[in-house]
Amino acid sequence: MDFGRLFALLFAAMLINNFLLVRFLGLCPFFGVSKKIDTAVGMSLGVIFVMVVAGIVTWFLNLLLMAWHVEFLKIIVFILVIAALVQLLELFLKKSNPTLYSALGIYLPLITTNCAVLGLALLNVQKNYTLMGTIFNSVGSALGFAIAIILFSSLREKLDINELPASFEGMPAAFITAFILSMSFEAFTGMIKV
Amino acid sequence: MANASKTSFGTFTAGLIRENPTFAQVLGLCPTLATSTNANNALGMGLAATGVLILSNIFISSIRKIIPDQIRIPAYISVIAALVTIVDLLMHGYMYHLWTNLGLYVPLIVVNCIIMGRAEAFASKNSVWKSFLDGLGMGLGFIGAILLLGITREVLGNGTIFGYRLWPKAYAVFVTVLPPGAFLIIGFYMAIFHHISIVRKSRKRA
Repeated sequence: MDFGRLFALLFAAMLINNFLLVRFLGLCPFFGVSKKIDTAVGMSLGVIFVMVVAGIVTWFLNLLLMAWHVEFLKIIVFILVIAALVQLLELFLKKSNPTLYSALGIYLPLITTNCAVLGLALLNVQKNYTLMGTIFNSVGSALGFAIAIILFSSLREKLDINELPASFEGMPAAFITAFILSMSFEAFTGMIKV
Repeated sequence: MANASKTSFGTFTAGLIRENPTFAQVLGLCPTLATSTNANNALGMGLAATGVLILSNIFISSIRKIIPDQIRIPAYISVIAALVTIVDLLMHGYMYHLWTNLGLYVPLIVVNCIIMGRAEAFASKNSVWKSFLDGLGMGLGFIGAILLLGITREVLGNGTIFGYRLWPKAYAVFVTVLPPGAFLIIGFYMAIFHHISIVRKSRKRA
């Protein structure tokens, strides 16, 4: 793959096929930690790390699985690798940045069950990307996740100040906001052919 | 958990409405929103996830006394991943069309928070029979919710229900089958349910 195509891949993963708003992967943290911008930023940093590393590690593991002809094991192997990576990130954060560690709380171990991470690993394998393709696609997807969740959290902070109809308060309003954000990402459709 | 003292019937009905996994607990959103573009896909996804949920509840509750507490999460994940692999292969073999439609979301049942959540909150503490009932109730609640979304989106966005045409396509509101439509429809359903509970509470007080 030449460089131009790799960048097309990066931007397509980031904007057109946005993991949160178009593919619906990783919605739990999207609604769970998006009440404050700070936690959203911390969360997206953690997810970026796990997604990129998991994308690369699972690419190599898939070579092994293919060499041994046990591709059907990929779901089990991938999810265990992701769980181990998240554990690693948890240990690292606990030592290096205790404030962020306590701010993320329960959502840090929950990155394991974030569909975005496993979804990315499975997508990379399904699309038969080269190593470079995998790296660019992983980085693009992770950045797309970060952009969407940070934009959404800033919208929700504003939403908190406003008065809403009683039945729309809380989750319903968050969903309607996500609808508008998703509509704006829909505008990117068809801009890059991948 | 308050679940421990409940009767069998109460365990079963909890998941249907009161603790509905989608609308009350807001869990497992990814497959719910992604595969509810039409009623058929929604039903397929609901059934697949329910199958895994019931089986994982049974397995996990039957081995709950063997698993050491520190490694219970990895153990649950392995059990669920094995079950999902089985379901994935079965669907690939016998329901190829549905399998291609659902695509990535079949293996992603592994990370469906409903299944992990029930394993941790219920199956790890209750008997096999109760865990089965809990899985069945939660599963039916999930099927109900995803089917409601699927039918609504298909009827509004395509003018059909389970593939049968209700009115010409020219009258369809296309946005509801696009990704943003999922957020819109579930947002309105939640507002409706929220409204109902508000009205009920005010009636009780009066």
